[in-house]
Amino acid sequence: MARSDVQLMLDVKAGDEQSFALLLHRYRSPLVNFLYRMVRNREQAEDLAQEVFLRVYRAREEYVPSAKFTTWLFRIATNLALNSLRDNRYQRMEISLDAPVTVDAEDGEEKLLDVAEKHPNIEQHLVEDARRKLIRHAIDKLPEKQRAAVLLHKYQELDYGEISKILNCSESALKSLLFRAYETLRVELAPLVAQQGKVG
Amino acid sequence: MSCSKMEGKILGFVDWRLKEGERLEMEKHLSTCAACQLRVNQFRAVNSLLDELPMIEPSPAFDIRVHARVAAEPVKQSWWAWFTPSPRVALLASMLLLGAVWVGYEATPPMPFGDPKEADLQMMQDMPVLEDHDVISSFEPLKDLPQPVQADEADQTNQTM
Repeated sequence: MARSDVQLMLDVKAGDEQSFALLLHRYRSPLVNFLYRMVRNREQAEDLAQEVFLRVYRAREEYVPSAKFTTWLFRIATNLALNSLRDNRYQRMEISLDAPVTVDAEDGEEKLLDVAEKHPNIEQHLVEDARRKLIRHAIDKLPEKQRAAVLLHKYQELDYGEISKILNCSESALKSLLFRAYETLRVELAPLVAQQGKVG
Repeated sequence: MSCSKMEGKILGFVDWRLKEGERLEMEKHLSTCAACQLRVNQFRAVNSLLDELPMIEPSPAFDIRVHARVAAEPVKQSWWAWFTPSPRVALLASMLLLGAVWVGYEATPPMPFGDPKEADLQMMQDMPVLEDHDVISSFEPLKDLPQPVQADEADQTNQTM
């Protein structure tokens, strides 16, 4: 039977390095994806994820299982991501205004040429790629806290209680935050939403 | 339920996070409110669109980098560790102690009697003699008397005569 996150962390606290490796294996992908969607830079996301794991390791002596492990983990990740975004805000503004809109080779998706070679239906893939870009762009345009709330809610599937602790707000404030974020996404993605409605 | 009250629960309804009672209440409202029904459908569409974003895989070197950074962390020592000597110091200290004990043992003069109790007893028995010797040796009138002639010297004087 797989050990729980809390048990693994208590084992790390007792000096078991193997348990830390298990936690790393369990959360490396969710963390890197969450941070990548927050900061929109793969290298930076990996650096931040490393920092999260390092902070978890450093705090092992003082660890007390008072809350869910994921709440603690994503709280560290969210704070690091928000700080990083604040630090890079002006730099990012310059890049987004100056840089031409191109396919982001860093985003882990396949490049168009590679896709075209693999799949004969290029037009379909161009459409899919445009849709993904639109969705990414809509998420990027959300205010940072709303973006974090949507990512934690949608992709990490954390419950409202956990997310509100991570973002340091009340549950009702979180529900309001999420509603506003989804409203913005609904407007930004209106053409795709309409298509979805027709398909549905 | 009013439309404004719906706002806080619409997302929970879309992703099945509402309690059973709240869900039934919501369904009852939606059956009579076309605007809210439309909003629910649009939120469902947004939710579905968000699923289209692909996941990325961390780079192969990610774990190695984390382990390297963890290994580079300084080892924390508790304040108790300050009192714990290192094995080398402990060995050196114990050897010095053994050496000091050995040197001390070698430098001690041998006891006249094997048993210390026996030595004390003998000293107690000799005490009156020692006291007499002290009294006689420091008795002033005796110092004025001529020195006694030694037996050998007396014999020699007799033979020459």
